[in-house]
Amino acid sequence: MLKRWLGFWLGIFFLLSGISLAEKITLLGAGATFPYPLYAKWFHVYHQKTGIKVNYQSIGSGGGIRQILARTVDFGASDAPMNEEELAKAPGKILHLPMAIGAVVIAYNVPGVPSGMKLTPEVLADIFLGKIKKWNDPRITKLNPGVKFPNMKILVVYRSDGSGTTFNFTYYLAKISPEWRKRVGYGKAVRWPTGVGGKGNEGVTGYVKQLPGAIGYLELAYAEQNHLPVAAIRNRAGKFVLPTLESISAAAKTQIPPDTRVLIVDTDATDGYPISAMTWILVYQEQAYGGRSYERAKALVDLLWWCIHEAQQYNESLLYARIPENIVKINEDLIRSITYKGIPLLK
Amino acid sequence: MRAQDADRLFYYLCGGLALGLILLVIGIGLTLLWGSLPSIKAFGFKFLWGKVWDPVNEEFGALPFIVGTLITSFLALIITFPFAISSGIFLAEYAPPRIAGPLSALIELLAGIPSVIYGLWALFYLVPVVRWFEMRLGAPPFGLGLPTASLVLAIMILPYAASITREVLKMVPQELKEAAYGLGATRWEVIRGVCLPYASSGIVAGLVLSLGRALGETMAVTMVIGNRSEMPTSFWDLANTMASVIANEFTEASKDIHLAALIEVGLLLFVITLLVNILARMVIIRLKVK
Repeated sequence: MLKRWLGFWLGIFFLLSGISLAEKITLLGAGATFPYPLYAKWFHVYHQKTGIKVNYQSIGSGGGIRQILARTVDFGASDAPMNEEELAKAPGKILHLPMAIGAVVIAYNVPGVPSGMKLTPEVLADIFLGKIKKWNDPRITKLNPGVKFPNMKILVVYRSDGSGTTFNFTYYLAKISPEWRKRVGYGKAVRWPTGVGGKGNEGVTGYVKQLPGAIGYLELAYAEQNHLPVAAIRNRAGKFVLPTLESISAAAKTQIPPDTRVLIVDTDATDGYPISAMTWILVYQEQAYGGRSYERAKALVDLLWWCIHEAQQYNESLLYARIPENIVKINEDLIRSITYKGIPLLK
Repeated sequence: MRAQDADRLFYYLCGGLALGLILLVIGIGLTLLWGSLPSIKAFGFKFLWGKVWDPVNEEFGALPFIVGTLITSFLALIITFPFAISSGIFLAEYAPPRIAGPLSALIELLAGIPSVIYGLWALFYLVPVVRWFEMRLGAPPFGLGLPTASLVLAIMILPYAASITREVLKMVPQELKEAAYGLGATRWEVIRGVCLPYASSGIVAGLVLSLGRALGETMAVTMVIGNRSEMPTSFWDLANTMASVIANEFTEASKDIHLAALIEVGLLLFVITLLVNILARMVIIRLKVK
């Protein structure tokens, strides 16, 4: 009896492993959670089209960077570019390829105040510094004539977990406010001067919805899906811009360095939303490492090429902005520079 | 001869597996110690009473989390105590078996609910209730923070405390109770004078074990405590616990010293939980001597 069962299961096992041997290459990726819904869609479509499986694990940007440094994955993914210290640890040159653009939106729950409240960067910083304490503060009401603000305490909601969203938002605040830069600084987790912390986008969304007087920062998709009122932020050109897929994409239409390691907050794009953020895939420029086959490297390069072109059409329905033409160009050059034993993988 | 061999084999098998378990615990302790070495070197004992947790400027002190963990866990224990004792007494002494069976099963079911469900429930139902109280009392109306976290923890550890209380009360020898009844004691007098004193150390051990669970609870607490990494200044304040700061920051801690500091928080939690469990063991041993 036991032997029969054993035989049965062994048979199944061999059958399955036989199938997987016959299958094409499975590429491994790990990293950021923010683009996960988008990557899941992309890689599903790609598998149907080409039969090449991509196994992407959304373990967080920090994890993605650690995994690519340890060379345990074919590509990493991160919401923040790797810093010099991290790059110095890499055993080879790592390329940053922007894949999509998202935004950090300011959502709020103020009774009687509709979506589109106008805020300047300075007022925003002072709210998150805890210096502006009430919603009917003249500095807020002056920006929004005709809107009646209640005499209500402002409750700041921040992300309690380390995140690329927090990194981008605090980087923006540090860029526009000297006081923020000195007192708080920027990072994936910071010491917040005031407020309450929610875990994840869903945590912040929940608190903003539940607590009257709350203001928090979120990824665009969460604010949109939950119909939260969002603020229009004044950009460097002096325009108050609401976060939309167009205004986010527009923020990247500016001078981007050839290694793309730049944060597109507070850019000089006239119609750009000032707290936009790119999300990157990280790969080694020289693909012949750790006994990787040529086929594997070629499959990776083909995938990346597809991601920056055809795959972009799926972005908008999932509330990610496309990468604009100037970044597609840079990406093309970067992907063409990927080699296997010194020979470019794409002609 | 062959029977003896099998005996010996079984002895080594069991011994080996038991030893493996002990090695596993020691291994976890050593791994945590190894991982937290950079932080121990950098901050020393200051880590224990440092009040600042600032990942940007790489200054790490765990006191706010230690305080948050201890306050919420002990408050939960205090809140849960009367409920656990009374439901334990009711189930063991008063309830007819027809009711006691299903009721105990229900209480044990409470223990099986995943903690994220408790967290969600607390976020949507407990938070507004606590906020209503806070507004009446003139406290800052977050609805989150120490009181909410303690309440949800109290509910979560109640099934453990209640089940153990019931079990220990059932262990009271029938002869003792009958002797007391024979002397003309009422039911209340029997419970107060015989059952509770006999079972007291067992009940205490049960409570301490529940405390151990409260100390390590992560998800539900993270969802309602407010995740504020500063020293709480009042009972109504937002706070953070050791488990929830690890859950929050571990995945994205890219700086080595940040990671090491988080692992050291884990090490502290490990040590505190170990101490609580040793305490419970000692109480149980006393129970057996009796």
